[in-house]
Amino acid sequence: MTQGDRTPDRESHVLRVEGLAKTYRADASEVAAVRGVDLNVRHGEFVALTGPSGAGKSTLLHLIGGLERPDRGRIWLDGRRVDGLSEARWAMIRRRSMGIVFQYFNLVSTLTVADNIELPGLLAGRAPREVRAAREELLAELRLEGKADNTPGDLSGGEQQRVALARALVNQPTLLLADEPTGSLDSKATREVMRLLTRCHRRGQTILLVTHDARVASSADRVISVFDGEIADDVTPDGSECGPSSAADIVRLRG
Amino acid sequence: MRLPLMALLANGPAHGYELKQALERLFGAAYPQPNIGQIYVTLGRLEKTGLIRGEDVTQSDRPNKRTYELTDAGREAVAAWFDELSHEPRVRDEFFMKLALAPQTRMADQVSLINKQRRHYLNLMRAMSRLAAEEDQGNLISQLLIEGAILHLQADLDWLERCQEELE
Repeated sequence: MTQGDRTPDRESHVLRVEGLAKTYRADASEVAAVRGVDLNVRHGEFVALTGPSGAGKSTLLHLIGGLERPDRGRIWLDGRRVDGLSEARWAMIRRRSMGIVFQYFNLVSTLTVADNIELPGLLAGRAPREVRAAREELLAELRLEGKADNTPGDLSGGEQQRVALARALVNQPTLLLADEPTGSLDSKATREVMRLLTRCHRRGQTILLVTHDARVASSADRVISVFDGEIADDVTPDGSECGPSSAADIVRLRG
Repeated sequence: MRLPLMALLANGPAHGYELKQALERLFGAAYPQPNIGQIYVTLGRLEKTGLIRGEDVTQSDRPNKRTYELTDAGREAVAAWFDELSHEPRVRDEFFMKLALAPQTRMADQVSLINKQRRHYLNLMRAMSRLAAEEDQGNLISQLLIEGAILHLQADLDWLERCQEELE
């Protein structure tokens, strides 16, 4: 590491969250979606937030991405306090240091695949030639080279999500946020998207993923269970077999 | 082990070692390697009950080997095996008993029990995914076996989540 001038302990956290809370108010009712969450994510970690629907995991992700504002609590991104920033500053952060993937892809339907991917790069003020090169590299990696000139409508759900992933990665974000990225995909497309996320992670990408799917969650190296707006458990499953049964025991057939 | 061995013999006579190899080929690494001793013991028992018939084959340069074939009674047993319903997955397992009994004993906390069990399942899920990745992708039977185990684990994890929602 060539970060000698940085304080390693604090700086090694891409994300720090303290006492984050968000309550939705509608008419006379109140729903506390996130109720005092503390969370640290280190550089290069792949973290899954999992839990039942309505547990607050997506709200938590939206607060972290600045898509919604917390009622209480503080957020640091790369050591920098961000929770009090203006909309415009948040937009800039999302453009430069964050990639976000949603359940329904949110691609611009009138733009080609290539333009969708390049857009965040151009908006961030990067040189068009450099952005094009990044786009070409990503399309090759996501095995979508042939689709550059198509519009999203021509693509399957799985392909659209891969394009959304390319768009999220084009500016080499510090943090990749993924909100139920496989929630609307079939099992084959789910496996493909998870394979790609795992590959990004191996290359050092920090990922925070929200999913209700236990299998998808288990591909992360840290799994945080969210219940009722709070963190109920925080586990690092390493696949070591210390319990009563091993993987081999489970698949053992009884004659 | 009895019925899978008999089912393999439905294809024609074979000796113990051939059966071991056939099991390995079929199930791949996902299935624990069958023990040859266990196979011979099982074959001996099946022969005694008349479900298979053994015959010594003389070999000039090696010790004799015993080849087995399915008897009519054996064939019927295999047919009955295919015909009968297989056991449903267990749902009232030991963990469920612990969860149900924890509050009145005041010796364990339900949510802690759930968290501990979830950690175990997540670990297994990860080990299972690794097994699937390491196993020969071409061995469809083996991949399907692992896939089944993963789906069961997934259901168990969903159920734990449900328990936690209700009990917390």
